[in-house]
Amino acid sequence: MNLLSSLSPAYAEIFLLVMVCAILITDLFIVNHTKTITYLLVQLSLLGCSLITVSTHEDGIVHIFHHMFVDDLMSDVLKLLTYLSVSMMLVYSRSYLMARGLFTGEFLALVLFATLGMMVMISASNFISLYLGLELLALSLYTLVALQRDSAIATESAMKYFILGAMASGFLLYGMSMLYGATGSLDVNRIAEVIHQGTANKPLLVFGLAFIVAGLAFKLGAVPFHMWVPDVYQGAPTAMTMFIGSAPKLAAFAFVMRLLVEALQPLMIDWSGMLMILSVLSMAVGNITAIAQTNLKRMFAYSTIAHMGFLLIGVLSGTVEGYGSSMFYAVVYVLMSLGGFGMIMLLSREGFEADNLNDFKGLNQRSPWLAFMMLLLMFSMAGVPPTVGFYAKFSVLNAAVQTGHLPLVVMAVLFSLIGAFYYLRIVKLMYFDAPESHEKLYIQPDSSLLISINGLAVLALGLLPNTLMSVCAVSVQQSLLH
Amino acid sequence: MIFGYPLLSAAVWLPILFGLLVLATGNDRNAKMARTIALVGAILSFLVTIPLYTGFDRMTSDMQFVEMKDWIARFNIHYHLGVDGISVLFVLLNSFFTPLVVIAGWKVIEKRVAQYMAAFLIMSGLVNGVFVALDAMLFYVFWEAMLIPMFIIIGVWGGPNRVYAALKFFLYTLLGSLLMLVALLYLYHQSGGSFEILDFHRMAMPSLSAQILVFIAFFMAFSVKVPMVPVHTWLPDAHVEAPTGGSVVLAAIMLKVGAYGFIRFSLPITPDASHYLAPVMITLSLIAVVYIGLVALTQSDMKKLVAYSSISHMGFVTLGFFIFNAYGMEGALLQMISHGFVAGALFLCIGVLYDRVHSRQIVDYGGVAKKMPIFAAFFMLFAMANSGLPGTSGFVGEFMVIMGAVKANFWYAFLAASTLIFGAAYTLWMYKRVIFGAITNDHVAHLRDIGNREKLVFVFLTVAVLGMGLYPLPFADIMHTTVNDLLVHLATPKVLN
Repeated sequence: MNLLSSLSPAYAEIFLLVMVCAILITDLFIVNHTKTITYLLVQLSLLGCSLITVSTHEDGIVHIFHHMFVDDLMSDVLKLLTYLSVSMMLVYSRSYLMARGLFTGEFLALVLFATLGMMVMISASNFISLYLGLELLALSLYTLVALQRDSAIATESAMKYFILGAMASGFLLYGMSMLYGATGSLDVNRIAEVIHQGTANKPLLVFGLAFIVAGLAFKLGAVPFHMWVPDVYQGAPTAMTMFIGSAPKLAAFAFVMRLLVEALQPLMIDWSGMLMILSVLSMAVGNITAIAQTNLKRMFAYSTIAHMGFLLIGVLSGTVEGYGSSMFYAVVYVLMSLGGFGMIMLLSREGFEADNLNDFKGLNQRSPWLAFMMLLLMFSMAGVPPTVGFYAKFSVLNAAVQTGHLPLVVMAVLFSLIGAFYYLRIVKLMYFDAPESHEKLYIQPDSSLLISINGLAVLALGLLPNTLMSVCAVSVQQSLLH
Repeated sequence: MIFGYPLLSAAVWLPILFGLLVLATGNDRNAKMARTIALVGAILSFLVTIPLYTGFDRMTSDMQFVEMKDWIARFNIHYHLGVDGISVLFVLLNSFFTPLVVIAGWKVIEKRVAQYMAAFLIMSGLVNGVFVALDAMLFYVFWEAMLIPMFIIIGVWGGPNRVYAALKFFLYTLLGSLLMLVALLYLYHQSGGSFEILDFHRMAMPSLSAQILVFIAFFMAFSVKVPMVPVHTWLPDAHVEAPTGGSVVLAAIMLKVGAYGFIRFSLPITPDASHYLAPVMITLSLIAVVYIGLVALTQSDMKKLVAYSSISHMGFVTLGFFIFNAYGMEGALLQMISHGFVAGALFLCIGVLYDRVHSRQIVDYGGVAKKMPIFAAFFMLFAMANSGLPGTSGFVGEFMVIMGAVKANFWYAFLAASTLIFGAAYTLWMYKRVIFGAITNDHVAHLRDIGNREKLVFVFLTVAVLGMGLYPLPFADIMHTTVNDLLVHLATPKVLN
């Protein structure tokens, strides 16, 4: 096997890196401010990545780069979903960003760099590559948030994001170094083996684990490490908020899987308890605080926190079933989140952000179809059948019941009842109230088509959830077979 | 598939498809088309359910017209439909009411007609789904999904305080439902990975305390819907604020869904807990019958009065379930159907008055009989049925439940029978104040009597109320085998140790 063909699992990453550089240079020669060519090139690169990922797929688990990089079914599925959600995010945000003069070559390049970071995170099987991917993603995101440099609030939130994010990275690195000290390895599978043998220093391991969990919680935005989430979500331009709230959650899920499940499975009893605290607190704080919000983006921020609490339920139940359900939850969450932020951007105009709750008043009278799509998205976030959000909740709760976490499940359903209130409030505003303005909505054809697909997908996947559920379950199962 | 098409799927999906079709007619410029399509859809949806009655085999308590397909294979969830002697009646009741609701809203609803009609049609299909689902998750999906159209109906077309009422309705019911979901997940794991309701019926439970917990979870879901005291407070609000059609569906159909849940889930899945907790349930039922009956007496708002009367009548239903004998059970089921007709009719009567005078307060009326004699006659009949006059449908169920209660305990029967006095008192007193006496104000003086469209609706309901009162056998006959089987099932302990 020659060098080039042995690298085939990483072809997609290599291709994307080449494309980013090419796009960055090409963009210099494009003066047109609509950046159509650059935009199309970006979309084509994402398409190309998906084709490569599909065509280089191999059964089983393949490691390359001295066990730094892994290619399994889970990574392929997650990568494909990442491309899809990045591409959707670009369609949604194009006209929004153009109206604000932010649709620049740098924006597109940074998005692709962040995508590359996510791909590396998803496929990492070594602490070094995990951290590398994470930082590539995080640095791109910090910059994206700060891209609107003449907006004080955006700059402020970028600063907060950066400082807290850097601290979280510090936590992670500290935890990783302790694990390295205890096990003598940075390799995910090797660490699991060493811990399993029982020769490692247990207190040191648990100490390292605590730091790692704290770092993860920062990145996921779980309570009590959630402080940055509302500020960043509200402060960043909506397109960036959408980006932060979508694909990176898939990467974060992979990150949790690689770190906690693959490397630290033998310590499950320890981290399961920690995650339970994080999960309950996230659901409580997220859902209760969201009620008090008047800014939609901030409300979504708290709702994200609550959703992350739910997602953790699947992981902490510690079964393959549970991990699969968490993955399903992450995918569903990304779909809903894209739709929710997409709707905000769709209703925004030049010089007007539709991010206040009252901007949704009477939407049903202005555009019944958009209101109906938002209704589907909101009921899905609230977890009401027949939308797919229900099955996301159902599957994580099922995993928790299976492992005997009944009190946790009861708490989770009670918090989701509280959560239902603020989603319902949006439906109430759209359907029951009279509109504040009767201005005609200017809606781009591409993003309105996409929001329709997005909303109907939430319904269709809710009517027939089996395929997506099985894909998630099988891919997690496959990646855990050693 | 005796008739060449899957009957139950048709009963569920036909109204939903028509609902979507109505939605597609768009804004109010096409209101006429929306109404017509809705009516055609509603009538067709009723017609497709008639073979369920004619083709029903009365000799067996097995599920009939069964359809079974894989749905979510990963969790072993099936698209499993079927009816027995109990659920078939409710499918018919629900489908019977859909055209009536469409006709009742024909002229009154002027804004967003398509959405209004569509919401009712979709809800009708979803409610049918609740009654025919034999897979617990399928049941749950229909059960929750039907909240969405009702939420919209109350919130968009309701009265001044509609937002509060809609949110209260939704959150109350969601709380119960979510706890039921936990119970279903528990049962799923106990049964070794099956969501089939019939498997749950056959399955033994590890202990009485487990049964009691499951019973309580189900109780939370179903008692909110019935509603039983003390979780009944959403109902008067929802009824008062909902548009006429919404009140009719709430009273005639939605409340039955809760009671049906007791029959399908609580009683057969947790029989021992049901026996153990029966005194509590009976107490709550009697409180509903007596106390809520007294509360109804003091109401000044007609809709609120009928709403409280509904709670009181539903107390009879739950009483009938938990005295565990054939009279009680069949009486309760007949009472459910009768209450569907009567409460639906009463809300339509109030709707007729409200459309003309725009007030639900009793004091705003008086002497209506002089201006609307035909209406007064229909109203009289339904008021009598509500007070349980022999010869109307209201009598049959109440009488049977009281008979059953006498068998169980004299005092139950004594307290329950008080409803014959209170029920008559609050209904007839309201009737007297609204219909008789001198004409009190200009609004009443300018009333026109009901038109043909309204007459048609009332004639249908009169036939139903009198028919069931004079000759209840067709209703009792169809449920008989199933009820007996359920009682045998209930008498068998299901605890493992």
